[in-house]
Amino acid sequence: MLSVKSLTKQFGGLTAVRDVSFDIRPGEVFAVIGPNGAGKSTLFNMMTGTLKPTWGKVFIGEDEISGRRPYQIVARGVARIFQTTSLFDQLRVIDNMMIAYKWRTGLGFWNTLLHTPGWKKYQAEAFMNAMETLAFVGLAEKSEQLIPTLSQEEQKRLAIGIALVSKPKIVLLDEPTGGLIQEETDRITRLIEKIREQGITVCLIEHKMQMIMGLANRIAVLNYGEKIAEGTPDEIKNNQAVIEAYLGGEIHA
Amino acid sequence: MITKPIHTRLMYLALFIAALLLPLYVPDDYIFQIVIMSVLYAIATSAMNLIIGFTGQASLAHGAFFGIGAYGVAILTKAGISFWVALPVSALIAALVGVLVGIPALRTRGHYFAIVTLCFGVIMWILAGNWIELTGGHNGIFGIPQPTPVRLPWLGEIEFFSQTAQYYLALGFLLLTLFGLHRLIFSVFGLTFMAIRNNEPLADAVGINTFTTKLIAFVSANFIAALAGGLYASMIGAVSPSAASHMLTFNFLIFVILGGIATLSGAVIGAFAIPIIMEFLQFLGDYRMLFFGALLVVVIIFFPQGLVGGLRRLNQRIAVWRQNKVSE
Amino acid sequence: MELFLQQVFNGIMFGSTYAIVALGLTLVMGILNIPNFAHGHLYMLGGYITFFFIGTLGLGFWPSLVLTLIVLGLLGVLMERIVYRPLTDQPHINAFIAAIGALIFLESLALVVWGPQGLRIPNPYPQNFELLGITIGLQRLLVIIGAITLIFGLHVFMKHTILGTTIEAVAQNREGAMLNGINVNRVSAVTFAISSATAAVAASFLSPIFMLSPSMGAILGMKAFIIVILGGMGSIPGAILGGYILGVIEALGGGYISAAYKDVFAFGALIIILTVKPTGIFGKKEA
Repeated sequence: MLSVKSLTKQFGGLTAVRDVSFDIRPGEVFAVIGPNGAGKSTLFNMMTGTLKPTWGKVFIGEDEISGRRPYQIVARGVARIFQTTSLFDQLRVIDNMMIAYKWRTGLGFWNTLLHTPGWKKYQAEAFMNAMETLAFVGLAEKSEQLIPTLSQEEQKRLAIGIALVSKPKIVLLDEPTGGLIQEETDRITRLIEKIREQGITVCLIEHKMQMIMGLANRIAVLNYGEKIAEGTPDEIKNNQAVIEAYLGGEIHA
Repeated sequence: MITKPIHTRLMYLALFIAALLLPLYVPDDYIFQIVIMSVLYAIATSAMNLIIGFTGQASLAHGAFFGIGAYGVAILTKAGISFWVALPVSALIAALVGVLVGIPALRTRGHYFAIVTLCFGVIMWILAGNWIELTGGHNGIFGIPQPTPVRLPWLGEIEFFSQTAQYYLALGFLLLTLFGLHRLIFSVFGLTFMAIRNNEPLADAVGINTFTTKLIAFVSANFIAALAGGLYASMIGAVSPSAASHMLTFNFLIFVILGGIATLSGAVIGAFAIPIIMEFLQFLGDYRMLFFGALLVVVIIFFPQGLVGGLRRLNQRIAVWRQNKVSE
Repeated sequence: MELFLQQVFNGIMFGSTYAIVALGLTLVMGILNIPNFAHGHLYMLGGYITFFFIGTLGLGFWPSLVLTLIVLGLLGVLMERIVYRPLTDQPHINAFIAAIGALIFLESLALVVWGPQGLRIPNPYPQNFELLGITIGLQRLLVIIGAITLIFGLHVFMKHTILGTTIEAVAQNREGAMLNGINVNRVSAVTFAISSATAAVAASFLSPIFMLSPSMGAILGMKAFIIVILGGMGSIPGAILGGYILGVIEALGGGYISAAYKDVFAFGALIIILTVKPTGIFGKKEA
């Protein structure tokens, strides 16, 4: 599905990510965990084209995506959400969704200026898909609202919706429950399970160990920029290197 | 997508009729000339709003592109080429220059983009003042022919020598500009402009080719500005470097900001109201710009949405107040 | 050879002015991240204020210079407080627009008070002398010496006073400085005062040589921007070096290629360089 091969990123003399490789299998929830500053977000940014890797490659199937611009990577079926909830907060909920669907349509300059028959079709298609995805993430009634009127959880749901609307093969979620309380986290967890049921592969970064252990099919653990373990939740829980990395403490599941 | 309430539609219809009938009640030729200029400024200002207001890229080369259109029409029509060929050709030249400038300039962001475009604007202004063989230097070009008559089926020949005819010509271009901008902005494609203004990294991440989108906004704005410049040259009959200067850019900026940034009506209202206010403030002489400079600062600090934004807020407040009154 | 040396000398003189003006701008941009488009206009106003003290009140050159410095320093503080501070948390485009409003205001102010025609300040040191076959005006030499003294003074202030090092810390890392409990507002005000006072002094030195006009600030301000971008925002050595390089290139270009297009070289160079490197030559990497 999506494979990361020997990915390395250096900032000046500092190595943020060192020689990380893994394969994400179709249809699974794959989690990347690790203490703060372990290089998880840097890894994500390289996978989505926001940062150029110093070394190493990223593939989607046979297709190399490392070194491409973010919009080209999205067009290959890789969607993402940012760690800090990132939305178009001057616009309405439905606008956010339609913007994210745009690349799938032929809604360019001339079609729009001339209102060609294609334009009508695509506008309708964008609206339909946006509403469908809003219903999926539970925001159908809020479609006309402005972003600042949404709750924290609703904003997270919208961010996930933006990633889902263009029907990606895989979504990369950077801390989708960051800043949420337990109940809200549980609801987002259920949403991620629902995404997996749709056949969409999920890769996520998380801090909340309990949530990950219940949700992920497989987990990779980063520490100081290096992958120290990879396996099922049970394997990770009993891995000596992982336990040491987490302050020598036990991982509570 | 967003359907406007009926009273807003009626208001636009009333404005449209008022604009059509304007030659009947305009008091004298002098005021009429100012009104015609305001229509041309409204075209250029609406275009500036596309790149600055909707796309959030502070292009300060807008006056230069207005100038390319003006000088283009001046030079071509004086060489004997028909106005109706010269105008689109000049606008296309401006668009081409826009692409050439935009490709390097749009790789930069924020402050850098504003400064690069301002530098380009100053270069064009210096060229206009010094390339004497082409531009006539600081004196500019005089005796530019007026738009030549056109022969239309059914309607017969239409000439553009009277002020009234020139007014309708300018108004036609303004309506066409607004029609085109309205289509672009109220669409999914137009949302991508606002997406870039609002959050460029996210726009990138959701699959928008932000560079190309910005380039389209920049080049469209320049094309329209050049059209306005070309009409200006032909209607005034003369151009000088001030028609390509950064001061002109700053004037457009004043119109956009005071009228209301990122609203179609704001740019038009600003471009109409301010030149007329300036006329009424004629007695103040140079103090007028002192006043407008200060006003620009005050408005951007306290009413960043300008007149139209202020009216909208007022409208909302009245609506809330009414609701409260009913519930009491 | 004489032409070459003469142009280099003139270039160093202009470069001195550019260096000082760019220095003030780089501090303001580095610290406040505000594009003070009106910086060149503060320089212009400095020239007129000097004219007011010398020409209108009949004071001597040196007292006028000191008074100009004080007046413009206060004006800088005022501008920071009124125009820019209210916009700190607004989209960056708003600060631009405010800057342009301030610029229009200052230029019209000069126009209203002193009129559009050029004004000249009597040259306090009109003597000339010959060196290496070129003629050197004493006032021109004074521009260079004054600039170097000012730059040296600023260097001492920045490196060896607490306030100076604080300013540099904020210029390099605003958030970090705030976390360390530095009063960023006060630093902003002081920086604006220094920035506009130094620009004014540069104008005081140069104004006996060149005519004053309300529009002279615009082009100089833009050149200062070019220098700051190429030299790196917030970089003091970058501003000084950039100022001198631009001054010499312009003088040579103006002397050997075309005087009318001398300004085009600087603006053209900026566009070309930013094409290759969108964040400037020594620009900080965008996060």
